[in-house]
Amino acid sequence: MINFQYVKAATPKSAVDGLTKSATAKLIAGGTNLVDLMKKGVTTPDKLIDITQLSLKEIGKTNNGLRIGALALNSDVAAHEQVLKQHPLLSLALKAGASQQIRNMATVGGNMMQRTRCPYFYNPDMPCNKRAPGTGCGALKGFNRMHAIFGASDKCIAVHPSDMCIALIALDATVQVTGPKGDRRIPFAEFHRLPGDLPQKDNNLQRDELIVAIDIPDNNFNKTIHYLKVRDRTSYAFALVSVAAALDMQRNTIKDVRLAMGGVAHKPWRLKEAETFLKGKDATAENFRQAATIAMQGAKGYGYNNFKLKLGPNTIVEALKLAAAKA
Amino acid sequence: MLSKKSMANKKLCNTDRAKEEAAHETRRDFLKQSSLLTALALTPAALLKAAEDQWDEKAAWYFEKVPLSFNVNGVKQNLSIEPRVTLLDLLREQLLLTGTKKGCDHGQCGACTVHVDGRRVLSCLTLAVMQEGKDVTTIEGLAKGDELHPMQAAFIEYDGFQCGYCTPGQIMSAVACVREGHAKSDDDIREYMSGNICRCGAYPNIVKAIAAVEKGGQKV
Repeated sequence: MINFQYVKAATPKSAVDGLTKSATAKLIAGGTNLVDLMKKGVTTPDKLIDITQLSLKEIGKTNNGLRIGALALNSDVAAHEQVLKQHPLLSLALKAGASQQIRNMATVGGNMMQRTRCPYFYNPDMPCNKRAPGTGCGALKGFNRMHAIFGASDKCIAVHPSDMCIALIALDATVQVTGPKGDRRIPFAEFHRLPGDLPQKDNNLQRDELIVAIDIPDNNFNKTIHYLKVRDRTSYAFALVSVAAALDMQRNTIKDVRLAMGGVAHKPWRLKEAETFLKGKDATAENFRQAATIAMQGAKGYGYNNFKLKLGPNTIVEALKLAAAKA
Repeated sequence: MLSKKSMANKKLCNTDRAKEEAAHETRRDFLKQSSLLTALALTPAALLKAAEDQWDEKAAWYFEKVPLSFNVNGVKQNLSIEPRVTLLDLLREQLLLTGTKKGCDHGQCGACTVHVDGRRVLSCLTLAVMQEGKDVTTIEGLAKGDELHPMQAAFIEYDGFQCGYCTPGQIMSAVACVREGHAKSDDDIREYMSGNICRCGAYPNIVKAIAAVEKGGQKV
């Protein structure tokens, strides 16, 4: 690993100032993705600003929801009483991600900021538009079994690997950030971005902005919910496809529903059309299948990942069935 | 041994104090320049860029060691380290605590698992410089003298290893697993131990060892 200057930020403002002053500085909290990328020489900041001393770890009620500090640890959020009671979907998704050791290190903000990535991104000997813009996408015609089926461009077909983010987009979370121009709020669905012609940019956070907290509005998705993650081994692997399904049921009728998918796009993928279809309908296998068919419109395989075109809808149906079965 | 030329130089300079000082200056400049050249040869593009402007100040940052004091297995350590040193490398290379193993060095295998302030973490992805004031426990800190920790004893009793390379990480993770309350069933144990890979495939006996410690109810 190349050496770098190390400083500690005492306040959110000093962290932001540090980023403003240095174009190559980066924030570090858990470091589970950043340190790894630095070891590989994929990311080479000349200054790390340690933000772990900032008071951004609190989890607590607000007037109309739950606020989770950006520095709350993934393991703490997954086990938090209020999260388990009001947003069990988030807890399930968190527990499906990484290992307990990594969840003990990784923060909520860091989980969001982990790179959208693939093995070509990780290997400096390979072409990758995300790591080295203009070099081409090695995955496009390469080994692309793990790659995107939605919203990709010919510049990049990598996927965002977070499980937590799939739950947060389903729960209509909002990201609270602060920067040199003050505070602003970003709807979760607009936080991450599709690759388009700028695959080097994973999200819409400005490089001198700091994530402060995540707000999850109150909802009724506290029982008939499920996070189904399909992967190459039972635990501790990235998703091939994952589905967050949350139902608000009145007898067998779906009053409200949220559906999101992981492992399929450069960003957490919300299935709005499928949700619209399911609202007011009965929770039946046929309706779930139709919703899955709607959700898969526009999906495109790149060869080795064509299996996701079938695994995707099957996982949606199964996740909805498992959620409904908790009634 | 001094060369003829430098002896001649010495003689010459001895005759004139001002000349001597000038020679010292030159020598200092030479050393400064040659260390800069070495630095440039060994360091990455970022430093080359830094060298273009105010290299004196910036190069100092790059080579600066940072003080670190923290506790390892109950012993206070006051060290001076480069910011890029991982906790794993610090433990193994500087503190010579080689019980913690380097497997993949990329957070994928769990062999480097240690406890920081009571939580299990991956020391290979942990920067040592960020551990100021923290309490680190490694596999060497589990036993009390000759008395093995119950989890160590259970791994022996249930044959929870073959080659043994992943074992320190498995045991550190297993102790945390029981403490966290994640060892209530075999399924739970398998899920919460999934961050520790064993290429020998000793998994069934690792699960048995952890379940036995959980059931035994001893303080872990």
